[in-house]
Amino acid sequence: MSAKKTEKRPLFGRMRQALQRTGGALVRGISELFPGQRGLDALTLEEVETLLLSADVGVEATERLIAELKQTGGGRLREAEDVFAALRAGMLKILEPVSQPLLIPVREKPFVILMVGVNGAGKTTTIAKLARRFQNDNLRPMLAAGDTFRAAAVEQLQVWGERHQVPVVAQGTGADSASVVYDALQSATARHYDVLLADTAGRLHTQSNLMEELKKIRRVMGKLDPEAPHETMLVLDAGTGQNALAQAREFHAAVGISGITLTKLDGTAKGGIVLSIADKLGLPIRFIGVGEQPQDLRPFDAEEFIDALLAH
Amino acid sequence: MFENLSERLGASLKRLRGSGRLTEKNIQEALREVRMALLEADVALPVVRDFIEQVRERALGRDVMQSLSPGEEFVRVVRDELTHVMGDVGGELDLKVTPPAIFLMAGLQGSGKTTTVAKLARHLKEKHKKSVLVASCDVYRPAAMEQLETLAGEVGARCYRGEADATPVAIATAAVETARKRACDVVIIDTAGRLHVDDAMMSEIKVLHEAVHPVETLFVADSMAGQDAANVARAFGEALPLTGVILSKADGDARGGAALSIRQVTGKPIKFLGVGEKTDALEVFHPDRVASRILGMGDVLGFIEEAEHKLDRKQAQKLAQKIKKGKGFDLEDYRDQLRQVRSMGGVSSLLEKLPGGGQLPAAAQQQVGERELIRSEAIINSMTPLERRRPLIIKGSRKRRIAAGSGTQVQDVNRLLKQMMQMQKMMKRMKKRGGMGQLLAGLKGGGGPGMPF
Repeated sequence: MSAKKTEKRPLFGRMRQALQRTGGALVRGISELFPGQRGLDALTLEEVETLLLSADVGVEATERLIAELKQTGGGRLREAEDVFAALRAGMLKILEPVSQPLLIPVREKPFVILMVGVNGAGKTTTIAKLARRFQNDNLRPMLAAGDTFRAAAVEQLQVWGERHQVPVVAQGTGADSASVVYDALQSATARHYDVLLADTAGRLHTQSNLMEELKKIRRVMGKLDPEAPHETMLVLDAGTGQNALAQAREFHAAVGISGITLTKLDGTAKGGIVLSIADKLGLPIRFIGVGEQPQDLRPFDAEEFIDALLAH
Repeated sequence: MFENLSERLGASLKRLRGSGRLTEKNIQEALREVRMALLEADVALPVVRDFIEQVRERALGRDVMQSLSPGEEFVRVVRDELTHVMGDVGGELDLKVTPPAIFLMAGLQGSGKTTTVAKLARHLKEKHKKSVLVASCDVYRPAAMEQLETLAGEVGARCYRGEADATPVAIATAAVETARKRACDVVIIDTAGRLHVDDAMMSEIKVLHEAVHPVETLFVADSMAGQDAANVARAFGEALPLTGVILSKADGDARGGAALSIRQVTGKPIKFLGVGEKTDALEVFHPDRVASRILGMGDVLGFIEEAEHKLDRKQAQKLAQKIKKGKGFDLEDYRDQLRQVRSMGGVSSLLEKLPGGGQLPAAAQQQVGERELIRSEAIINSMTPLERRRPLIIKGSRKRRIAAGSGTQVQDVNRLLKQMMQMQKMMKRMKKRGGMGQLLAGLKGGGGPGMPF
């Protein structure tokens, strides 16, 4: 069934390949569970639950999916494929509403994207890919080297910017991050850049002083453009477990997340945690990262994501 | 989220009361709860299965100790087993080789390798009095080498900088050669982050390993990792003869179930935990503490140790004496307390270590956050010594002066004074019950089983 779907809508090679690793295990597991005719009994449900949990889907979202499977009728779900289809529908119901692409409107002042996330989630890499994406869309991006904490983070962005002719506003390691971003926004506005991508230092969501610093960056931007940042993007590592939900919740509470990018989906990580986040917080998911190349940052699409996730 | 495993098990274990031993039947539900708890803590499913089997075997037919309820006995079995699986001792680094001892780091992108290299270098320098040379073989990420160079400067390690177009193997061998020439005790080789399914990159690190023959091959993993941690660890374990694991970012609020998965899959000891942004934030791994944390029981031992390590004993004694003598607790004492709490990383870092503390609402943690501590101290600093000793004399005009002096509002001063009054009341009560005295005596006496925790 899923194979036919895939043929009908050929997926981007890389993403399919990447997500197949994820989907394979899930489907294989379910098929093994339903050798021939077997009712959707309690034991089976427990196994489905287990499978979802092991895909990092999270207890809450799993329970919601299971409850739906039960509702769809124990009697009718006799074949593995029925369960599979019902599960897919259930997952789609959670992910469809959050599948919202990032649209850059035409405006006078630069569209500001503030990147936030824990250490090592892939903020800087994502910024680079986003900048390339905007360049391809004939938008002029500028970068703000707001990660003034990590050694050589500023240089990392500068080296990249030079390579791709993207201007980088920086002050150096140890500078006030809010001040760098303020400068950058001023400069981007004066020079009529279309998009300003503001990098920030990775921080664990439990560090209240660093979360305050993020709030300050937000506040300071607001002085130049009351609507800025127009997008506050949380970068999540797909390999993260249940803690991703806490990350999303805390960052959202601090600076109001308007979009999520899920990185590193090209490994074997399941990324199932987005179901949990979508279920609990309903934050839009913008992009997924499936490789090192700029084009490997793809808009998130619920159907594609689930099809690939459930594909053989 | 559940408060902790004991509470979570509460309902299913109530039925255990009255029965003198743990049987297949009465632990069934409890085992399911443990399974869920472990999954919520991100322990990989196959590892959970094995673990549950082991607990079942060990728990069955076990006589419940007199002092414990069956529920507590069960939790104890779970915890002991968890500690056991995690490795009974935190392994040390192998430095007993002809210098230089070569360390090789490996891990996914963003797992924290470079930061860990700096922390390790500092640890080796300060705790083992070793001279360290570091080198980055990350020829891919822009400015990766600058990052390591800067960090090396901060921790006082030498840094070998490879040629711009050198291969990782060339850099590593040249670094080892340099270390030998300069008589460095340890050389730590940082590598680029790589995906375990990227064959080219995995063979690169295999070649690198063969070229330098490291005595320690350390796998760095993010302690917030989910189910996939097991797959990643297995792949790295198969590609490289790992000698140990370092878990990074363990200072967040993740349960850290990945520790169990990685340990089980690789069979290699977890040697260190990265617990903060600064280069001294590296802790030796204690299986029992992480076991407690995975089960949501808090790192009480870690708390005690940290308190012992950082609390100024003389000051604590002084305060204990003062309270015992019935003298009031004044603002000077309060300031000392504030400073000590700050030196231990703030209230939230302490709370995290206590059972259930990690689950406190963020708002509550905020209230007692770092800023608040700094502000309170500033207010006290703006008082005269007399005011500090006799807070009651602080009235309207003094309050205005203090607020102006500390850059705060009169309301803030009022709040501090109110907190002070509450503290005084609490101290009086404690004196009667002997609670605080005991607490301080415990700290003085080096912690141990007598601690009132």
